[in-house]
Amino acid sequence: MKRILTFIMAVLLLGCAQKGPTGSNSGPEADRDALINHYKQIFPDIKFEDYIYGALSMNPDAKGQYDDIMEFPPYSMDLDKGQKMWETPFKNGKQFSSCFPNGGKNVAGNYPKFDNAQNRVVTFENAINDCLKANGENELEYGDKEIGLLTAYAKSLSDGMKVNIKVEGAAALAAYEKGKEYYATRNGQLNFSCKSCHVQSAGKFIRSDQLSMMIGQASHWPEFRSGTDIVTLQGRFKQCEKNVRAKPKAANSEEYNNLEYYLTYMSNGLPMQTPVFRK
Amino acid sequence: MNQLRRSFLKSAGAIGSFTIIASILKPATAIAAAWNKLAFTSKEPADAISNAGYGGATESGDIMIKAPDIAENGAVVPVSATSNIPGTTSMAIFVEKNPAPLIADFKFSNGTEAYISTRVKMAKTSLVRVSVKANGKNYTNSREVKVTIGGCGG
Amino acid sequence: MAEAMKMRATMEGNVADVKVLIQHPMDTGTMKDSKTDKLIPAFFINQVVATLNGKTVLEAQWGVGIAKNPFLGFRVNGAKSGDKVAVNAVDNLGNKYDGEVVVA
Repeated sequence: MKRILTFIMAVLLLGCAQKGPTGSNSGPEADRDALINHYKQIFPDIKFEDYIYGALSMNPDAKGQYDDIMEFPPYSMDLDKGQKMWETPFKNGKQFSSCFPNGGKNVAGNYPKFDNAQNRVVTFENAINDCLKANGENELEYGDKEIGLLTAYAKSLSDGMKVNIKVEGAAALAAYEKGKEYYATRNGQLNFSCKSCHVQSAGKFIRSDQLSMMIGQASHWPEFRSGTDIVTLQGRFKQCEKNVRAKPKAANSEEYNNLEYYLTYMSNGLPMQTPVFRK
Repeated sequence: MNQLRRSFLKSAGAIGSFTIIASILKPATAIAAAWNKLAFTSKEPADAISNAGYGGATESGDIMIKAPDIAENGAVVPVSATSNIPGTTSMAIFVEKNPAPLIADFKFSNGTEAYISTRVKMAKTSLVRVSVKANGKNYTNSREVKVTIGGCGG
Repeated sequence: MAEAMKMRATMEGNVADVKVLIQHPMDTGTMKDSKTDKLIPAFFINQVVATLNGKTVLEAQWGVGIAKNPFLGFRVNGAKSGDKVAVNAVDNLGNKYDGEVVVA
């Protein structure tokens, strides 16, 4: 009886939190709390800190392979390329490190952030390209391999930093809510939303893939999938949209930037690690 | 600097032969080596095994194989193996259902343990077989690793 | 130029635990290039030799079934800190990949 009551409460809480943007009276933190409770119900034996491992936290056999591979990952030399990009001075003699506080260490956990002056979400990749532009260099293409390799290294300078996304002010909240709505909107021929799989069906299987929980997803991007293919978070959004037979948006589109803002907020408090291996 | 040359090494009592000549620090064109093409291009596991010189092997639980139950990604499957059979001089890894089952053949010398750790490609669910040569005899063990079709791979 | 081989060697009791990573596509020759629809020719490391202070400790022949950016782990008994482990690899086109590390 107690279990049924707890379940009903969790569903109600989740229901409240997932109301449409205009009807919502819960802020981002309440949304996050509701989701944490939701996942605690589904995964009573998985610690919050282990949500960063996603489906790997649900399967020791899979986690064992991850641990073996991460001991000396196949992408080690590719990461060196990213390091070289980060450290190579611009034509004007400056480096990427000059564009970020602390030389770029422990900053990635603050992205995406909402820029009130520009009235838009600013992702870490945006910050990289702003840096290039400010120093007279050509910008990198979003979602591309080059920016993936560069940010794989650049974000590794924030390893261990807790994700720390802020939603402050009406404009920021509006962007957050847009991301949240996109997350919950069904899409594609298969008519799934991100929420269908990663909230409602977390832990369940799609063929042989176990669905990861949403919390903890955004803390470890970009990734080297199959060990050697660099994929950015928005690159992954595209792949997931294609998987439900929807037409993906472009990397750095307003929809994906707002989605990344919302999604990353949900990983607040979890330590970053970039890059990582995934299958 | 040392210039190291290896000469033919034949494994005694085996059907095939394992030969390797490596010339380090010589210009690239001068390297001559007899890669066991016959074994590495054999399509049937039994042929790959015998052409690599590991035929007629006795099953042995003293060969420990560490491999996943279900491969996360068939392109990169961590496999390690240890032979506790005294006198082990070489070890080969086979993935029986691969188009070319022989994956690798290792020869240990000068104190190296009969242990290998590597990552292999697996085309489909298959036995991963590890065979060793020890004191003129062949021994083998195997372990099934499942390879599945995912639903969400990018 | 990014290095082609990374190595680590640490002592565990009396044994040097050596880990090697080589940057190499290990193309099997059976996959098609998605853009040209042509077969990508086989291109893979097929021989590896490891030495400890110049003495051969491991000889390997590899096929196309070793994973991309290959990893190799092996252990040498009787080694000690300060010993030099060298790995020399060759691929089917004759390219060489060499690496060296001092046992920690």
